[in-house]
Amino acid sequence: MDVERTALPGIGLRYEFGTERERRLGVVTHRSGRRELIIYDPDDPDSTSECVVLSGEEANVLAELLGGARIVERLAELERQADGLVSRQVRIHTDSPYDNKTLGDTKARTRTGASIVAVVRHGEVLASPRPDFRFEAGDIIVVIGTEDGVGAVEGLLAAG
Amino acid sequence: MDSVASILLELGAVIIGLGILSALAGRFGISPIPLYLLAGLAFGIGGVAPLKATEGFIEVGSEIGVVLLLFTLGLEYTVSELFGTMRKGAPMGLLDLVLNATPGVAIGLLLGWGPVAATVLGGVTFVTSSGVTAKVLSDLQWLGNRETPTVLSILVMEDLAMAIYLPIVTTVLASLALAQASLGLAIAVVAVAAALLIAAKFGGVVERFLHSPSNEILVLKVLGLVLLVAGLAEHAHVSAAVGAFLVGITLSGELAQSARELLEPVKDIFAAIFFVFFGLQTNPETLPPVLGVAALLAVVGIATKLITGLLAARRAGVGTVGAWRAGALLIPRGEFSIVIAGFAVSAGVNSRLGPLVAAYVLILVVAGPLITRVVEPMAKGWVRRKARRARARAAA
Repeated sequence: MDVERTALPGIGLRYEFGTERERRLGVVTHRSGRRELIIYDPDDPDSTSECVVLSGEEANVLAELLGGARIVERLAELERQADGLVSRQVRIHTDSPYDNKTLGDTKARTRTGASIVAVVRHGEVLASPRPDFRFEAGDIIVVIGTEDGVGAVEGLLAAG
Repeated sequence: MDSVASILLELGAVIIGLGILSALAGRFGISPIPLYLLAGLAFGIGGVAPLKATEGFIEVGSEIGVVLLLFTLGLEYTVSELFGTMRKGAPMGLLDLVLNATPGVAIGLLLGWGPVAATVLGGVTFVTSSGVTAKVLSDLQWLGNRETPTVLSILVMEDLAMAIYLPIVTTVLASLALAQASLGLAIAVVAVAAALLIAAKFGGVVERFLHSPSNEILVLKVLGLVLLVAGLAEHAHVSAAVGAFLVGITLSGELAQSARELLEPVKDIFAAIFFVFFGLQTNPETLPPVLGVAALLAVVGIATKLITGLLAARRAGVGTVGAWRAGALLIPRGEFSIVIAGFAVSAGVNSRLGPLVAAYVLILVVAGPLITRVVEPMAKGWVRRKARRARARAAA
């Protein structure tokens, strides 16, 4: 799918795309963190018919509602493709020993055999985090591996 | 009354008056600039209650206002945006310049005010108020529209053109010898290039110097740097405003964001004082004689900007409705026109120039946003009628 990206000098960026059912949607991201969700007029693709202004937090909630479900769907698909492979989302709690520690610190792969493949932070998916990636409380870690391996990572992140 | 008391009283009255005017403008959804100008007219030479005690402060304050206006404008842009826009927007920027500067230059020459005044008036009619246009765009929630990037890139090109134009005007107004004037211009060009280079390659160095977790330190450092560079630029006849603009461009990212947040209120105060000061220098009695010319110039100015917007938007593949919106968005003239005219007024060019520009800006800064509001329904209606006629013809 093509997402068109346009720079708005002095304001930020605009992303837009057309849906299968012939509607156009867009998002304007301001440098200030403000977001605008734009729905184009079906009769005139040049004109905005609806514009919803979202604060940073509201945008995160919307992204989580839309994005979270999508990730789960995609993982379910992955599991179907590879038998015996399990994925799970683990949240880093404030009392986790790995809050503010790096991915490398967990030595998760050597200790459990399971892999941390993505991190969801503020509703944004960060795929393939590197060993120097630093966890924050509230991050959701996506782990893939055998049932035992994934369970071990879950325990590790909760209690060290 | 002792002088401290009268200065504080007068200043307090002016600032609170501006606050009330700004609130009034907000109530009607218009820019406060015309009201500030009118306030200046009322309190200036020949006005209802001339200011005496605070004249000196207001004059210096207005200089700071120009510097901060241009600095915050520069903050809005990043270097990559500027380069990107320059590559794509150059032809349209040139068209914009030719179409919109010509009426000003022509009227200056026709009135027999000489080439200096003509150069100034060309700048006045050329440059759209990016402040007012950006406000209208976000008020009407038009950021998503197809023509918006086209409009914004024209604004960027104009602001960049100002970085070259203002030094030209400063040197012309200072009536320097040719050698000195070309030196000034050369310095201006080098300064623009250097600022862009610094921003692109060594932005980190400046940012490390300015960076501080304390707002107090940050605001002092940034304000100090802006005033220093502005002063240096003025000294080299590049114009303080351009110096400040370049500093703004050099800063980017998080630092630019916090500098903007911290300096915004300071800018608001001094920019308001700047508009008042311009009004102060204009005697209201000199307005009526130039009103006819100003109205004529405004009508031409509306037409040329509409044409610019229509052509630019059409070229970018925007439909009829969007193209009209683009044209209307470019109409408002505001802070820049006043800045340019302000230089000319303090340099003592033709005494009717100040009132003419004041009237011109008063008309267009109000008319522009009003036209933007009516242009969309009108264009949509026209497109519908055309479609209906086409259908009727097809049926017949």
